[in-house]
Amino acid sequence: MLVTTCLAKYTVRVKTEFILSAASAVHHAILAHESEIESLDRAIGDGDHYINMKRGCATVLSMRDELATFAPDAALQRIGMKLLSTIGGASGPLLASFFIAMAKTAGEKGAETLPQIAAAFAAGVEAIRMRGKADIGEKTMLDVLIPVARTFVELTAQGVEPDCLLAAIRQQAEQGMLATRDIIATKGRAASLGERAIGHIDPGAKSCQIMITAVCDLIAA
Amino acid sequence: MKKFINKVDDILLESLSGFAAAHHDLVRLQLNPNYLVRANKAANKVALISGGGSGHEPLHGGFVGYGMLDAACPGHVFTSPTPDQMLAAAEAAEGGRGVLFIVKNYAGDVMNFEMAAEMLPFEHATVITSDDVAVVNSTWTTGRRGVAGTVIVEKVVGSLAESGADLAACKALGDKVNSRTGSMGVALTSCTVPAAGRPTFDIGDDELEMGVGIHGEPGRRREKMREADLIVADLVAAILEDLKPASNAEILLMINGFAGTPLMELYLLYNTAAALLKKQGLNITRSLVGNYTTSLEMAGASVTVCLLDDEIRQHWDAPVHTAAMRWGR
Repeated sequence: MLVTTCLAKYTVRVKTEFILSAASAVHHAILAHESEIESLDRAIGDGDHYINMKRGCATVLSMRDELATFAPDAALQRIGMKLLSTIGGASGPLLASFFIAMAKTAGEKGAETLPQIAAAFAAGVEAIRMRGKADIGEKTMLDVLIPVARTFVELTAQGVEPDCLLAAIRQQAEQGMLATRDIIATKGRAASLGERAIGHIDPGAKSCQIMITAVCDLIAA
Repeated sequence: MKKFINKVDDILLESLSGFAAAHHDLVRLQLNPNYLVRANKAANKVALISGGGSGHEPLHGGFVGYGMLDAACPGHVFTSPTPDQMLAAAEAAEGGRGVLFIVKNYAGDVMNFEMAAEMLPFEHATVITSDDVAVVNSTWTTGRRGVAGTVIVEKVVGSLAESGADLAACKALGDKVNSRTGSMGVALTSCTVPAAGRPTFDIGDDELEMGVGIHGEPGRRREKMREADLIVADLVAAILEDLKPASNAEILLMINGFAGTPLMELYLLYNTAAALLKKQGLNITRSLVGNYTTSLEMAGASVTVCLLDDEIRQHWDAPVHTAAMRWGR
């Protein structure tokens, strides 16, 4: 996701190769945070978030050879369709919508410049928002994704240096993730818990922050 | 956990294969992507397709056949099926009159069917069932859950579709039946998802979960066990408060078992529920008692009331021939 974004900074172009490196970085980051994600999900979810994320990552990695032959937008589209048929539940359509919308915007408007890549990322986030009929402040992954997309679009439009851009994105992701701790959920798995959800970080927001940070780390390296 | 299992990953495939073999005269099983479709494709009618997580059998595969569904998409246990299944099922079942999806109101199911609908190359519409009066928002839904009343929607709309009605009419009748149907359930024990290996929730020997959903997700409140008449009275009161039927309304009364409660007890529940409803001046002219929308091995049951009118009654009575429901043919 962010992957595409960051890559662009340095090469000013999204390459399929970068998408694959980012997928690998995301996979490692998810595995490294297993116990953290699981304990959050046990507290206010139903305990399957880590397994679903791991399955999604493994699925994308298993497509490496096939994806390597695709143009970036086609690769993103293929990832979206594959996730759609393998993850199931609610997270499958949400993640798939992200990749499919990103592929569409990248295909139509290009992903050659940073603002274009930011626009594709923002289109992906908007697709999650529409599909999930949710918005910021509902204790979901959107509490991370919406501010990150906004920052990404604004700063690339201003022509901010890559290092500053990465720093701002990391900070937004962390801030959005932490903000989910103090609110009740009105969408997603924790929506029936009411006050009982307060004090717990949303597992979906946490895994998004982990993935975004992992991609930023990859680019910085 | 003590269950009939060979390999935990093979449970779904082996169960579907057994179902298809036992009912080969009615259904055909397709794999990768998985769906059940009528053995003999019906021509010139709206194709009715439903689906959902497995573990609720006979929902939905048991209702594929004449007078009900054209195809059903089974997901993993308690997990929504995926759009590739729905698209393949639609390709197989569509007969030139469009596709109607019937979807229980759970976030995963709704989103997966929604994405399938967007990719469907046919005229299509969707009926979302939301008959559970217990809770407005639960673990897996936004808004009310779709539970046992879904069976009534599938039966009634199935009959209308069989008569050659168009897509808009089928969709309208489905929405109407859903709006006139209310359900509420109670659990006495938990269920155990095979892959998880331990009970979904803890419940004491002297406790019940009032308003439970069909995945063992929480309901209104945890309460102390008490005699059946008092439990049924709470279920019936909640449903009537929601449906607000006219005093002499004609109704269908359904007692649905979650699979772990014997039929003997389901009929006991029917006896009480019927008496209470009659006392309210309601006229019970149709009934259904049995395990139709189950939750693996959970003990418990739900009460469903559907407000009948001439149209709904006529389509309820029409012939049906499926693995789990058969009359008139």
